[in-house]
Amino acid sequence: MKLTTSLNRSLWVFHFNSGSCNGCDIEIVATLTPRYDPERFGVKLVGSPRHADVLLVTGPVTNQMADRLRRVYAQMPGPKVVMVVGTCGQSGGVFSTSYNLAGPIDQIIPVDVYVPGCAPRPEAIIQGVVTAIAKLERIEGGAKQ
Amino acid sequence: MAKKAPYIVPVGPIHPALKEPVHIELTVVGEEVISADFTPGQTHRGIEWMGLSRNPVQIVHLTDRICGICGVTHSLAFARAVEQIADITVPERADYVRVIIAEFERIQSHLLWAGVAAHELGFDTLFYLAWRVREEAMDAIECITGNRVNYDIIQIGGVRRDITEVQHAQIRKCLDSYKELFGKLKNMFLEDAVINSRCKGTGLLSFEKAMAYSTVGPTARASGCTADLRVDYPYAAYGDLALKPIMPTAYGTEVNGDTYDRIVVRVFEIAQSIEIIEECLANMPAGPVLWEEKVAKILAACKKAEGEAVGRHEAPRGECLHYVAMDKAEAPIAWKVKASSYSNLHVWPLILKGAQLADIPIIVASVDPCLSCTDRVAITDADAHKTKIFTKEELTRMSYEKTRRMRA
Repeated sequence: MKLTTSLNRSLWVFHFNSGSCNGCDIEIVATLTPRYDPERFGVKLVGSPRHADVLLVTGPVTNQMADRLRRVYAQMPGPKVVMVVGTCGQSGGVFSTSYNLAGPIDQIIPVDVYVPGCAPRPEAIIQGVVTAIAKLERIEGGAKQ
Repeated sequence: MAKKAPYIVPVGPIHPALKEPVHIELTVVGEEVISADFTPGQTHRGIEWMGLSRNPVQIVHLTDRICGICGVTHSLAFARAVEQIADITVPERADYVRVIIAEFERIQSHLLWAGVAAHELGFDTLFYLAWRVREEAMDAIECITGNRVNYDIIQIGGVRRDITEVQHAQIRKCLDSYKELFGKLKNMFLEDAVINSRCKGTGLLSFEKAMAYSTVGPTARASGCTADLRVDYPYAAYGDLALKPIMPTAYGTEVNGDTYDRIVVRVFEIAQSIEIIEECLANMPAGPVLWEEKVAKILAACKKAEGEAVGRHEAPRGECLHYVAMDKAEAPIAWKVKASSYSNLHVWPLILKGAQLADIPIIVASVDPCLSCTDRVAITDADAHKTKIFTKEELTRMSYEKTRRMRA
């Protein structure tokens, strides 16, 4: 898909907690606060998936949240990038043996960027966003999503 | 939405005002909430069940990940339960390290909450200020434990890392900056006209109701209950300190049990925690920080242990309780977690009743809800792959039917 020039702006992020322990979610908010301040580049959290370019998912996806995750993903306009923050979203992590997991996240929706760590540091999350921008630029250059 | 009044407004589980998934249903007439109900359970990960197939040292890592904000709370409560069963004596120095890290956790948790509360009021400048100064506590925590969240510092029988002289400088720097800042923070949260008018008189919880609903922590103290585990049943190094529970009267106001009082209690608890850490740093006895260095020996002691115990800790949100039963096996035979938010969430329907729609975010936030600790399973029929939440009537009916079957 060839992108329109309308994406030549900062990324807006929608945050989805699929049953995480809160650790990553706090670090995401900490990332947005003055010490790290990615908002100076225009990267910010938005309240609706319909406004977002990046879906930021934390947690191992519990059974109750799996369908909601699919629906939120479907509501996002393309081109979109999915970013997983935290180890439990990649593999289940310490929760991998649980009976209530539908995840990891790549079982539910396609994932583009992984930020490993339990919980990852704010610097790592910013690095993840930069990787997501690079991916969107590749799509813009004509690569397949 | 229903077509006729009263309207039902569903909020969540995915909603911009909520950082964690929970479903709240409000019945409203005009702007006024006439009743409220909530459905937790979206973050249920079956942690207690997983724990029954792991050994205590592995479970400590799991307890750290029950909740990312109260990283040390659950592991401390769990470790204290296991130590009682296995008859393990924690070295004195480890008790002091435990208290220091627990109090740093209280500082960062209360600042986090204060920021979120300001954000819910639409006061984003204060939100950013609270989170900026919170980074100082995160630096100190990182300096002590090596990680910003999910510290993994508690071990059965002590702590994994000691606090050395080299680290004292950074910890002192953090405490000094807070002491300098406290007056400003206090003024901004407690003197501000907007916060005063929005929080005074909203989300009222009377002393009687707070007791009847068994609330804990700052939510209970703001309503006038003097309950504080650190004072009532001192553990770790809290017994060596002269502590008093922080009440709303700390700011010279009367106890009203409103949202404002909950802010007062939390802000003054930050000051109390700073004092506790200073005192602990000054009076830390020398010695080891672990009952036993070798993990294999800790496991062997746990494997021989038999009995049951309750481990308690006053978390930033209130009393957290772990019940553990062991029976000469590697894994415990029973493990039950009662997180502090579990006691506090039940007052939501009560304090939301009669509120204006616009006041809901701050009232919901005022009890400092933490859902990742709280979510529990209903009843799962594994064969049919169905989950169902049973009402009280259904359960009563099932109970009657069973009695009839037994009689036949």
